[in-house]
Amino acid sequence: MHVGLTDREIISRVLKGEQQIFAGLVSRYQNYVFTLVHRFTSNREDAEEISQDVFVKAYRSLADFRGESKFSTWLYTIVRTNCITFLRKKKLDISSIDSEKAASQLENRESSFSANLVEQKSRTKMVNEAIKMLSPNDGQIITLFYSAEQSLQEMGRILGMEPNTVKVKLHRARQRLKEKMEKNFADEIRELQGE
Amino acid sequence: MKYVNYKANRQRGSEMLKRTELYDTNINSIKNVFMDKQDSIDERLWDYIDGLCSNEEKSAIEQLIESNIEWQKKYRDLLQLNELLTSAELEAPSMRFTRNVIEEIAKHQVAPAARQYIDKKIIWGIGTFFLTLIAGFLIYALAQIHFAAGGNSPAEDLITKYNPGNLSWGKYFNNTYVNIFLLINVVLGLVMLDMIITRKKKLARQQGA
Repeated sequence: MHVGLTDREIISRVLKGEQQIFAGLVSRYQNYVFTLVHRFTSNREDAEEISQDVFVKAYRSLADFRGESKFSTWLYTIVRTNCITFLRKKKLDISSIDSEKAASQLENRESSFSANLVEQKSRTKMVNEAIKMLSPNDGQIITLFYSAEQSLQEMGRILGMEPNTVKVKLHRARQRLKEKMEKNFADEIRELQGE
Repeated sequence: MKYVNYKANRQRGSEMLKRTELYDTNINSIKNVFMDKQDSIDERLWDYIDGLCSNEEKSAIEQLIESNIEWQKKYRDLLQLNELLTSAELEAPSMRFTRNVIEEIAKHQVAPAARQYIDKKIIWGIGTFFLTLIAGFLIYALAQIHFAAGGNSPAEDLITKYNPGNLSWGKYFNNTYVNIFLLINVVLGLVMLDMIITRKKKLARQQGA
């Protein structure tokens, strides 16, 4: 029904009253939204609930989408707001992710992932698990750059930063990811290198 | 014969030395490009991988990757990480996700665009109200200042002649006038507040229908 339609075409038809066609946008962007939200929350159920809420909010304010940016860029602003609200409710301040408490939370996450190392066979799974070990902000930047294929300029626009700042943050995030992978997935990396 | 061999070897040796010197000069100039920027190898390599560096930097990095073992190793590591990240797939929610969203949005309606219900007339009205208020207070404050009168120079005479302080502002800005002015502003403010509330109610009714 919606295959072959561009995002803008779907949006204009939804605005004309074809509510069901919104499913096209949901199926197109559900993985993108879910992955980004999951970077913020360690829990799949929470991530799914927030993602659902993101799409409902996107639907409700669809008339405000002016088409000046990509739909995914606009959608990300809703993702970020929702995730921050969720974290505030959970009393976990994302800005203090480097604090002692948050660091211990991340360490706990790391150890739980290490326990499942044997099961992690695929490359994708390994990368995703390593990204989850990072802070939400680092995970978001990497996901936006690689999976959502956003340019530095677009990322700068949605994160409210200069493209150069985004570049530095991306570099640091990749550096930390590399360290996490070397620490937790050394065997898999050696296997990939064929050693 | 021995002398010929010796001569040929010496010539070959000096050519090699020249080539080595040339290589060292090249390497040093390449190194200088990066020393100026004080950037780490990783950062430069990421820029190269992401295609964010200039042509000059690009060729310099390519030469370094070819000639320097450290750069070669780092480049291989980062390229592998980049490939892993590029090939990583997005996570998928549950199978019922789309259906859940569609069921949820069936209870809602698309809200009108913010630009539709934000009336420019109201914005202009609010702006005019505040500007009138500020202008009124400014004029009143100026009227209270008692500018020094007198002076012999033509400039001072001119100031004295056209000094607003010399005008009898009291005629126009007595308590009655100020009160009337404030009353008009209050009425204007109340009218605008009423307009905003009515509009909000109208929108809420439209959404509910």
